[in-house]
Amino acid sequence: MIMSARTRTERPPLVELQGVTKVYGSGMAAMPALRGVDLRIAEGEFTAVMGPSGSGKSTCMNILGCLDTPTGGNYLFKNINVSGLTRNQRALLRRHHLGFVFQGYNLLNRTSALENVELPLIYRGVKARERHHRAAEALAAVGLSGWEHHTPGELSGGQQQRVAIARAIVTEPALLLADEPTGNLDTARSIEIMELLTSFNRELGITIVMVTHEEEMARYAEREILFRDGLVESISTNGGGD
Amino acid sequence: MLTNSLLLALREIRRNVLRSFLTILGIVIGVAAVIVMVTIGSGATAQVTEQIASLGSNLLMIRVGQRMGPGSAAGAPPFNSADVEALAREIPAITAVAPSATRRLTAVYGNANWATSVTGVDNQFFIVRNWTIGSGRQFLDTELRAGKAVCVIGGTVAKELFGQQDPLHSNIRLDNMSCEVIGVLEAKGQSTFGSDQDDLVLVPLRTFQRRIAGNQDISLIQVSVAEGRSTDKAKSDIEYLMRERRHISGSKSDDFQVMDMKEITRMLTGTTQILTTLLGAVAAVSLLVGGIGIMNIMLVSVTERTREIGIRLAIGALEREVLLQFLVEAVVLSSFGGMIGILLALSASFGLAQMLHIPFIINPGIMIVAFLFSAAVGIIFGYFPARKAAQLDPIDALRHE
Repeated sequence: MIMSARTRTERPPLVELQGVTKVYGSGMAAMPALRGVDLRIAEGEFTAVMGPSGSGKSTCMNILGCLDTPTGGNYLFKNINVSGLTRNQRALLRRHHLGFVFQGYNLLNRTSALENVELPLIYRGVKARERHHRAAEALAAVGLSGWEHHTPGELSGGQQQRVAIARAIVTEPALLLADEPTGNLDTARSIEIMELLTSFNRELGITIVMVTHEEEMARYAEREILFRDGLVESISTNGGGD
Repeated sequence: MLTNSLLLALREIRRNVLRSFLTILGIVIGVAAVIVMVTIGSGATAQVTEQIASLGSNLLMIRVGQRMGPGSAAGAPPFNSADVEALAREIPAITAVAPSATRRLTAVYGNANWATSVTGVDNQFFIVRNWTIGSGRQFLDTELRAGKAVCVIGGTVAKELFGQQDPLHSNIRLDNMSCEVIGVLEAKGQSTFGSDQDDLVLVPLRTFQRRIAGNQDISLIQVSVAEGRSTDKAKSDIEYLMRERRHISGSKSDDFQVMDMKEITRMLTGTTQILTTLLGAVAAVSLLVGGIGIMNIMLVSVTERTREIGIRLAIGALEREVLLQFLVEAVVLSSFGGMIGILLALSASFGLAQMLHIPFIINPGIMIVAFLFSAAVGIIFGYFPARKAAQLDPIDALRHE
């Protein structure tokens, strides 16, 4: 599925936040993390989220990733309001539509790269033969053919993050959420990771939302959203995306 | 979903072999202990039963008094030779009647002396007790009638008094009576309770009555019931006859007791069975402790694997899938433990049975029970840690270091 000549205005929104608030604690100890965020992310878009720590960007990512629920406002996923879903419903939404890449890779220790990539397929109930095949394909797509049976301990940081990306895209999710995916890597490794993400965005049409605090990495995205004090401060478009 | 959980659980167990092994150690030992106790116990019971069978088939014992045990004969008159003749004459189902009387005495030969039980019998004794002479001969009719000073001794007495020497035709002294050894019994060995069946001296009943006891009393009559005749019928016939002979009328209870093999077996195996149950129960406690060990290590493992659980939840694992994974893991682990325990128990109880000279009896029932119990321990003690894992918040779990 290769999309070409897309413009943001033509593309339908994949996710939409409408006046989303999030308050931690209650009463006097109440701590607002998000204070009314409006956001639209179109299908196939690559968005970077930036902002200082405590600005609400992580909370926003958790809500987008259905790991957390908003206190107020609406979260529309494919035009369906998902802000009131139960824990299990959110788990199923994550299973079928979302992929995650974390700063700390979060691979299972003492488990081969192949088995790590197979994990989301196991939860989807994919049969063993197809599961092996798809996981091996995903590893090949991130350039790790031949490393299938290495455990995370035997891989470099960059390689571990590639395994994590393979695990995130093996299910071909609608939305890939990346939380500082290059935070632990040197510049050369970071660029490799960003190129991988960009290629999956363009070639598979996977919508990507990435948190980063490195301007260099944010430039790979089509849009940059800047958070400050629980609000979206500014949205800028990168002309040189292509 | 179950096959998925099984797959995940097996992967997890394989991922940490040492931890898995330590987790199940308690279960292994618990299961092994239960099975060993029960196997050894049923071996001992089987041995008792076997020994009772070796007493002779269709044996009935007629004793003075109402119950087994010391002092039970108090007040009740002993039997006499007329009773023995009446039994042989009036009850056609009986093939052999062996009257006997016993007293504990010291047997002396040269410098050696040995405290043993001396029993006055006739040759019927060898028939009802299914006992053969190892060397020498039985009593002659003339010796029995005349009350001659002759004796047949058991293997233990022969060994204690004569050592390597041949005891035949030597004279031993019993109390004040010197008597010639005319035969040595075939060895029967130890009974289960440690009492030595070969520790006895047999003399003609008349010799015993005249020279040792100084009376005509008979304390025990053992009879053999003919092959194919009902022992129950013979027993009630004997009871009827003896009541009549002892002038016990109507509602008065018997002052004697007729015991058949079933009763003797029940009485003797009762103790070993109680002991087996008791030891099994103690071992079951260790199984319970093993279960708590599983819970302990599973709880630690949940804490240790918080991040992993976070990853699974983030990827889209449902609460019940994480619960099931941990539960299946606990059950698979404890079942493994059960299986290893069974194997361990089999080899241990085989060795023990050899050492204690008791038969090695495999009891599949207890193995199945122990295995199911260990699986149940996995479910019960795995549930709490599994629930704890399933209810973790994915965001917190992912942040956990």
